[in-house]
Amino acid sequence: MNNLDTTFIATALVVVLFFFLVRYDRQRRPEAIGFFRRNGAVVGGYLILGVGFWLIMTFIMPMVFMVDLSFHHKLPPSKVGGPEDVYTLDNYRMFLFGSRTSTESLNWLHLRSFFATIGISMALTLITFAISYPLAYYMAQSAKAQQLRVLLLLLIIPYWVNDILRAFSFRILMAENGFLNGILQGIGLTGQPIDFLGQNIALYVALCYSHLLIMIFPLYNAIDAQDHNQIEAARDLGAPWWHIHLFIVMPHAKPGIGSGMTLCFMLTAGAVATPLVLGGPNSLWFTPIVYDRFYQLFDWPQGAAYAIVLLLACIAIVFTVLKLAGLKLGEIAK
Amino acid sequence: MNARFVTSRVVIFYLVLFFIFLLGPLAVMGVTAFNTPSYPQVWPIEGLTLNWFTELFQDQEMLEGLRTSVIIGLSVAVLSVAMGLAGALVMTQLFGTSRSYYYFLVVAPVLIPGIVLGISTVVFWRDFTGILGMRSTLYNGTVLTILAQSSFVSSYCMLIILARLQRFDVSQEEAALDLGATYPQVFRDVLLPFLRPALLSSGMLAFLTSFENYNATTFAILADKTLTTVLASRVRMGSDPTISALATVIIVLTIVAALVFEWLKRREQKRAQLLQRERRRLEAAELL
Repeated sequence: MNNLDTTFIATALVVVLFFFLVRYDRQRRPEAIGFFRRNGAVVGGYLILGVGFWLIMTFIMPMVFMVDLSFHHKLPPSKVGGPEDVYTLDNYRMFLFGSRTSTESLNWLHLRSFFATIGISMALTLITFAISYPLAYYMAQSAKAQQLRVLLLLLIIPYWVNDILRAFSFRILMAENGFLNGILQGIGLTGQPIDFLGQNIALYVALCYSHLLIMIFPLYNAIDAQDHNQIEAARDLGAPWWHIHLFIVMPHAKPGIGSGMTLCFMLTAGAVATPLVLGGPNSLWFTPIVYDRFYQLFDWPQGAAYAIVLLLACIAIVFTVLKLAGLKLGEIAK
Repeated sequence: MNARFVTSRVVIFYLVLFFIFLLGPLAVMGVTAFNTPSYPQVWPIEGLTLNWFTELFQDQEMLEGLRTSVIIGLSVAVLSVAMGLAGALVMTQLFGTSRSYYYFLVVAPVLIPGIVLGISTVVFWRDFTGILGMRSTLYNGTVLTILAQSSFVSSYCMLIILARLQRFDVSQEEAALDLGATYPQVFRDVLLPFLRPALLSSGMLAFLTSFENYNATTFAILADKTLTTVLASRVRMGSDPTISALATVIIVLTIVAALVFEWLKRREQKRAQLLQRERRRLEAAELL
């Protein structure tokens, strides 16, 4: 079981680094008293056990193990830990070139799907922002208390309907002989039914729909925190409406915009349910490919490698955007 | 026609369009649950029926999935609130660099795609239960799903509890300590009652998040079935009005849950406002 040894060592390093930081922090508070004197044995024990189990057992160790696994071959259990269990880059090579030995041609099928997923997720995030911003602004700055209460309730209803059912409702709506095509043909806009599902239009609309609320709530909170007098002042000084939004509201709401966009992008790129239900025959979404590595091919190391590629891409994009916008992680995770 | 009139018309037009987009698909699905054809059909309505609902309540697989979902949801809620509370309290006792390091660790699960969390849980616990010698008891879909969901649901709970903790008046704690209470007593009699609303709402949020989760669940569930995974396999096989019926039931239930959640939140806000008003009144009295 040498895989687990690596995991244990790496996790121990993370924990040791944490205690090292606690012990030798230069900005330590002078009056700090010992942890167990501060909390007592029972509460102190609970805190350590709670945080320890959460972070170590459900998060750090599984993550480290997955990274470690992605550098191994798929082996039958009897050979794990034996002489054939060596570190390898094959799983990543499979992703890039589609073959374990040759590097002649790129694995276009998977690469195309990967880049399409990232690119479309970005575009959908921007569209979602454009749809959500006016409502968030209206709720935060214009609506009266009574209207606001109704709007919030209306927003909360679809929030808790799960992804599968949302996607299913779009399938009913946008199927070839579905409701929307019926309406369009009824009013004579199109003669032929439009193939929303096959063209992936239904998928994109549903992905946008699913993450509207993820976008609206942080936006609303951020805009709500702004003093309305600032907007009034700008208007009195003769600023046109788009000036007010671009140079007064948006800079102030930047943490909320960052948080909404980050969450929206992550959830769109990592969506599983919606592509499963609405993906057309030529759907390019990346997560079903990851799923197939696991439960069609049963090649877990390769699936882990694919998942890590997706994770790294998401992290890289989010951190780049945050850096460009001048935001910190602490500001967006509220 | 002045500018203000035009603006208000545009706003109303936008609001109407937005809510048609938001609620329309759900309403359309709701209609198919009551229509007689065996394929989910919206129009024309050929006849009203409750058949799809009776069929739904006799569906053993779905009921089985519902049972598992509830078990998982309750476990996740208990576990996540406990771990999230511990996480939030530890945060208040850390300063400087160790705090930022810790913050990064506890917030990271929120920002990681659910499928990655699900995958990592499955691959790790398969081997880990192996060396513990407990593969037969611990390595099953329900336990793994609870673990996978707890990793990020705990972060949500921690953020909610932390937001309330930031409003905690430290002088209450100091007063209790001065009057001779020990730290554990302060925790039990001062801090926990103060945090109760946050604990309740985070528990509710945890249950609902777990109940509707699919991304992490689909990897971690293995041979077991939750309501969402049963649903996913049904939807994949083909359309069927019983799914619409289930959706209608869930929408009605979520409306009820949302209303209760809202009510709790508003009650808490009202109480906080009252408290603040009282405090201001006392302060004013003191100044006089």
